[in-house]
Amino acid sequence: MPILEASGVTKYFGGLAAVSNVDLSVERGEVYGLIGPNGAGKTTLFNLIAASLVPKPGIIKFNGINITGKKPYQVCRLGLGMTFQTVKIFANMSVLENVLLGSFFGSPKYVPLSEARKRSEELLEFVGLSEAAPTPAKDLTLSSQKRLEVARAMAGNPELLLLDEVMAGLTQTEVSEAMRLVNRIREQGITIVMIEHVMKAIMNLCDRILVLHHGEKIAEGTPEQVAKNEQVIAVYLGE
Amino acid sequence: MILKSKRLFYLLCLLLFLLIMLLSPLYTSDYFLILVSNILMYIVLTVSWTIFSGPTGYISLAPAAFFGIGIYTSAIMGSQFSLPVILATGAAAAFCCALLVGMVTLRLQGIYFTIFTFGLVELLGEVVQWWEVNVTGTTGRIVPGTEYTTVYYTMLGIAVVLMLTAYIIKHSRYGLALQSIGEYEEAAGHTGVNVTALKIVSFAVSALFMGACGVIMATRWTYIDPSIAFNPLFSFLPVLMAIFGGVAHLFGPVIGAVIFSYLEEFLTTQFPYYYMLIFGVILVIAIVYLPTGLTGLIRKLGGRLRRRHANT
Repeated sequence: MPILEASGVTKYFGGLAAVSNVDLSVERGEVYGLIGPNGAGKTTLFNLIAASLVPKPGIIKFNGINITGKKPYQVCRLGLGMTFQTVKIFANMSVLENVLLGSFFGSPKYVPLSEARKRSEELLEFVGLSEAAPTPAKDLTLSSQKRLEVARAMAGNPELLLLDEVMAGLTQTEVSEAMRLVNRIREQGITIVMIEHVMKAIMNLCDRILVLHHGEKIAEGTPEQVAKNEQVIAVYLGE
Repeated sequence: MILKSKRLFYLLCLLLFLLIMLLSPLYTSDYFLILVSNILMYIVLTVSWTIFSGPTGYISLAPAAFFGIGIYTSAIMGSQFSLPVILATGAAAAFCCALLVGMVTLRLQGIYFTIFTFGLVELLGEVVQWWEVNVTGTTGRIVPGTEYTTVYYTMLGIAVVLMLTAYIIKHSRYGLALQSIGEYEEAAGHTGVNVTALKIVSFAVSALFMGACGVIMATRWTYIDPSIAFNPLFSFLPVLMAIFGGVAHLFGPVIGAVIFSYLEEFLTTQFPYYYMLIFGVILVIAIVYLPTGLTGLIRKLGGRLRRRHANT
């Protein structure tokens, strides 16, 4: 059974179809890439999966459970973590508190303080932010803030992680670091769906890629297949 | 170790202060008791406002509505029931009303929420007025009075329970979650916080104390009518007091309420004609020059002193 399954997912904003009739199916343990030109509907598709938006029509299943119409916190507690394209950290809370919140509320069971604290500290260690634990989150650099979002999303022990452009705006070295981080997350058995514009990262990390254009799926396959697809080349380079 | 002994010291100070408060009716005048009861009323309204609005940043102008519900509960039940029963009923009525209002309005954000809550005060006031004129055929009601010491002790009791509740909430996981809602509501939801439920429940908890506060104040005022019970000033003052004191720390609203209510008392007795004018000027200065409130100012000054010490 695929961990994530979407069928016929559509979302209109006024008369414009931001996402139209998209099917996708992500297998457990995969790194699944989502690419497309600006405005293709990638982030909208993420918001549909994470339940910020409700598809109409369309059905989204997570672990076989229909999650269409559920609330974001319910979907999170089912095991779906996410990061945001524009960082949405809790700026005036400390780095540790940001992750603690995820440890407390991210999973369906009650987590006692000592356990939540241990889990949060481990995660900060994992993303390399241990030293920054007591500082207010707003004082971090962009790349650290993105790593903090990853740690917060992982705090609820998710099975699936949605990463929305975690590498945008980073320097070359930071991108390599972020790529290593994605690999390490995958080694923990967490399935990843990622939106990315950094082609080097997408081509190296992903098992399969879905290409969106004007809200429609125009190609899906391994990085090699997608790179050779004529329609994809036309969309990216112009006719 | 140092941290623990420091905390113990603060706790002892608080207990000593509470003891002084408890014994004060034995050696002070009635005037003093009335003044302190009044200050305690503002503390209760301000701190309970801070429980919800402080961390979330949703500026509620509904305190007067829940306060008024308490006042009318007191007026209606006054002669037939004992005070504890009326207190519980008033608090419960305010709690339930806030739950209902919360379910409807907490989808609104920012200024829309603020305006709606303010509208609620006016709406309740008008409805009660209409009811009194057309159904019961009166305009005001007499509330059976209680002794000054009873009012004082009840208000003190409410304030102590409230401070404990506020402290526990602030330092629990729910306090953290409320703060995350104020920081980034959308991200809080995706991190697993049941944003809607948390907002509604904490809004209702803050209303509970405002209701209880209204019940006991009505017994001191002895005569009430809709314009007294649903006076919008009881919505504005707690907000101003909280902002004046600073909402980041639990003591901020307390300090704000104490200074403000004493100032009000002082100005009305000393400068009855210029009272509103002076009050207004002080308010404007406070809001312009103290964006983080008094506690913020104290913290800033403390930090500067410490740095100077470190340099020399």
